[in-house]
Amino acid sequence: MPFRQSTIAAMIVAATAATAVAQDDVIEQRQQLMKDNGQAMRVLVPMARGQAEYDAEAALAAFVSIRDSALVFGDLFPEGSETGGDTRAKPEIWSDREGFDAAVAAFIDDTEAAVAAAPADLDAFRPVFGAMAQNCGDCHEVYQVPED
Amino acid sequence: MLRAIVVVFTVIAVVGAGFWLLTRPMRLDQQTLAAMQAHEADLSNGQTLFWAGGCASCHADADAEGEDRRILSGGAALDTVYGTFGMPNISPHPDDGIGRWSLADFANAMLRGISPEGRHYYPAFPYTSYARMTPGDVADLWAYLKTLPAVESDVTARTELGFPFNIRRGLGLWKRAYLDAGPVIGAAELGEDAMLLRGRYLVEGPGHCGECHTPRDFAGAMRNERWLAGAPNPEGDGRIPNITAHEDGVGDWTEDDIAFGLESGFTPEFDSMGSTMAAVVKNFANVPAADRAAIAAYLKAIPAMPDAR
Repeated sequence: MPFRQSTIAAMIVAATAATAVAQDDVIEQRQQLMKDNGQAMRVLVPMARGQAEYDAEAALAAFVSIRDSALVFGDLFPEGSETGGDTRAKPEIWSDREGFDAAVAAFIDDTEAAVAAAPADLDAFRPVFGAMAQNCGDCHEVYQVPED
Repeated sequence: MLRAIVVVFTVIAVVGAGFWLLTRPMRLDQQTLAAMQAHEADLSNGQTLFWAGGCASCHADADAEGEDRRILSGGAALDTVYGTFGMPNISPHPDDGIGRWSLADFANAMLRGISPEGRHYYPAFPYTSYARMTPGDVADLWAYLKTLPAVESDVTARTELGFPFNIRRGLGLWKRAYLDAGPVIGAAELGEDAMLLRGRYLVEGPGHCGECHTPRDFAGAMRNERWLAGAPNPEGDGRIPNITAHEDGVGDWTEDDIAFGLESGFTPEFDSMGSTMAAVVKNFANVPAADRAAIAAYLKAIPAMPDAR
């Protein structure tokens, strides 16, 4: 019996440790996705501002990258990942889950629309890009803590 | 015994009279008000000041977008380390808003932090910065505010503060110590350059950037020796970033990065500015590009300071 108890205890410790690791992982994963989005924006913004030649293929690739991030993003905020790993996630993500899910859904919709539009020129690009980029600030306003 | 009572009451009376005198509201003089009355209103300039001044950040509904951010029905609460401040309806509604105010009432509110009834406002209403605005700009802003929709809504959160901040009259003393319409950054740093001076005016005056980006002392006054060097978030978790040109701040941002950040909310790494800065960006997206550029030039010209350690 003592053996069994210690086995169970060891399993509990191992499971707890695994959960902790997994939660650090999701924080890192969501931060990585945001960095990927930043890379995609680095392609898109100069085109939107007329500082780079419009490149339809590069624009579509960037839209696809952001859309793919958007699709999985909402799953990376499980209970228990509220803190740790320099996260700037606000507690409102968990206390206002419905609102957060709605914000992610809107982000997915606008990225899907941008991919579907596959804009051929700058005039077609600007409105779908603008609608998509609007999501960044709207979501961060409510669900991201300011940083130093 | 009688003598002791007389002494005690005399002391109380003298101290009371002193407090009353030192804390009395100091309204604008007649000459300034007369000059404002004579000013011909420029609504376009008033609109620029409305957005640069960030009125909508506190007085419009938090969920409002686009045109609806010009509906200043108030009702929200500002939760800070000092307590909760209720934010009023400042739409032109005659009963619930400020529709019955005169230009003089508005000017005394903006430049002196005094209500039409002669009470001190708490500096959660950032008249500590607005005091640097020119009388002409205040008059233009007033003319613009009067064109906005009048909204019937008298919902105002209760202002609830701890001692000694709950003694409103005491703000008279606080203002004597801290209300200063002079510039923070002087000619030594900025010289005579018109663009830098425009940037200073927008940042230190209507833009009231220092209210969040500059740390405060024990009395809640901005520590100007740490001007814009970042501060604890007055409304909760995290810190308000250092926006001086130090490497801890915006040292590696170009002026274009700063101007574009104010317009779009994107940092050079394409993080999107969140929290209360998101509303500031929605405001500054509406000011002329030259003004955003002036702010950027000013931020790069003021003393660079590391984060507080």
